[in-house]
Amino acid sequence: MSFRIPCPQCGTRSAYEFRFGGEVLTRPRTDADADAWYRYSFARKNTMGIQTEWWYHRLGCRQWLQVVRDTKENRVLATSFIEKKEREDCA
Amino acid sequence: MQLFRNNRMWGTHDLKSSYDVVIIGAGVHGLATAYYLGKLFGVRKIALLEKGYLGYGASGRNTAILRSNYRTPEGIKFYNAALKLYEGLSSELNWNLLFTQCGHLTLGHTDTAVTGLRVRAEMNQLLGVNSRIIFPAEIQELVPHLDCSDRPRYPVMAALYHPPGGIIRHDAVVWGLARACDRMGIEIHPKTEVTDIQVSRRRAEQVITNRGQISADVIINATAGWASTIAKMAGVAMPIVSHPLQACVTEPLKPFLDTVIVSASLHVYVNQTGRGELVIGSEIDPYQSYSMKGTLPTLEQMASSSVQLFPQLHNIRVLRQWAGICDMTPDFAPIIGLCDELENFYIDVGWGTYGFKAAPAAGRYLAELVATGNTSAIIAPFSPDRFRRGRLVGEKAAAAVSH
Repeated sequence: MSFRIPCPQCGTRSAYEFRFGGEVLTRPRTDADADAWYRYSFARKNTMGIQTEWWYHRLGCRQWLQVVRDTKENRVLATSFIEKKEREDCA
Repeated sequence: MQLFRNNRMWGTHDLKSSYDVVIIGAGVHGLATAYYLGKLFGVRKIALLEKGYLGYGASGRNTAILRSNYRTPEGIKFYNAALKLYEGLSSELNWNLLFTQCGHLTLGHTDTAVTGLRVRAEMNQLLGVNSRIIFPAEIQELVPHLDCSDRPRYPVMAALYHPPGGIIRHDAVVWGLARACDRMGIEIHPKTEVTDIQVSRRRAEQVITNRGQISADVIINATAGWASTIAKMAGVAMPIVSHPLQACVTEPLKPFLDTVIVSASLHVYVNQTGRGELVIGSEIDPYQSYSMKGTLPTLEQMASSSVQLFPQLHNIRVLRQWAGICDMTPDFAPIIGLCDELENFYIDVGWGTYGFKAAPAAGRYLAELVATGNTSAIIAPFSPDRFRRGRLVGEKAAAAVSH
């Protein structure tokens, strides 16, 4: 079933207004070893169930948001914008 | 007189406590691996574990198209090996797979698409695969009902014609392989879901299922769309993201289309079955999901694209729409071989949208690897460690959409 995503800025819109940006990952530090960069670049949890992921509202506010979704049923549980400071803390 | 046969295609078995090889996933890949292990290498103490029924996953949900007109030398050789094995499979299994080598046309609607098709034609010819570029006059002769005029928004400019490509009965492939495996004493266990894998000292020791615990010398993960969930049990993260791929089938029409028509630009592929139904496939949904329900946006896209190619289909009704789960890799090429992290855990995954057409070759050469330890040159480029080594096989140009 297709689904809709409640954008915190624009309200509930079709998932086709958004671009899927993949599961949320933690970027390794620049001095991390090759294995850490392999895992960041390629290896994915690819969760069947609830996962936090990036979506870009390309036909709306053009902002990146984080969506908590059940990938088995395409049920959206929560959406939020991530503040710039928090994003830098991820690293 | 007995009118109907009462011998079953494959038998039921109690789950034993140990096997030489446990294959997780009894789809066409798991079955092909077991079949070649038994037939060529005499390994018969094999259990095939399937969480649903045989052909529940992508083996019964694909659009049954076979071809070998890929883009990279590695891909062309590999898929051509699979096509050659498919050509002999009906007689080998003594089971009619209804393989029709009716020809496969990939349409180009833009200059860039035609350039891509030309590259594929040249690569194919260098490696002895029958492919060539043809232009609207010849396309019209092959497919009289295709709209080759300049009326559509994206008129047909050229096509990659691949005569050995065609259609096979996908369920028959599953059933034929399952029967052959059963006759060799290989056990098939449907409705047997793997819930955990116990690992100790870099070995996968035990497979825990809903029907009991099994120990095995070798474990093979052949679960395609669900590959990540099985790998997670063994503590391995793989370069795979699962996307749904949707297809639909229309009401039966008089036979009018005897080739496979693919348009990468319009994201659609169409063929007509022996029953007259049109099977129409789409590209993968643009987000990760394990949901196997059809969606309206994709149905609209399949309908509008096929009407662009065949305007006379504008009033045709759709009978069914479905989705299969595709395990997409970053380079659109499969992952076959021994897992980096464990000594006895083989993977045959990353089959994305091109797994069905590859099954016999993947099974044949994975069986060789498992039985003898020899990695054939056919599957060597698809090893699991290629991502760490930066040796990706860029197959997107020929693997995405154009089935």
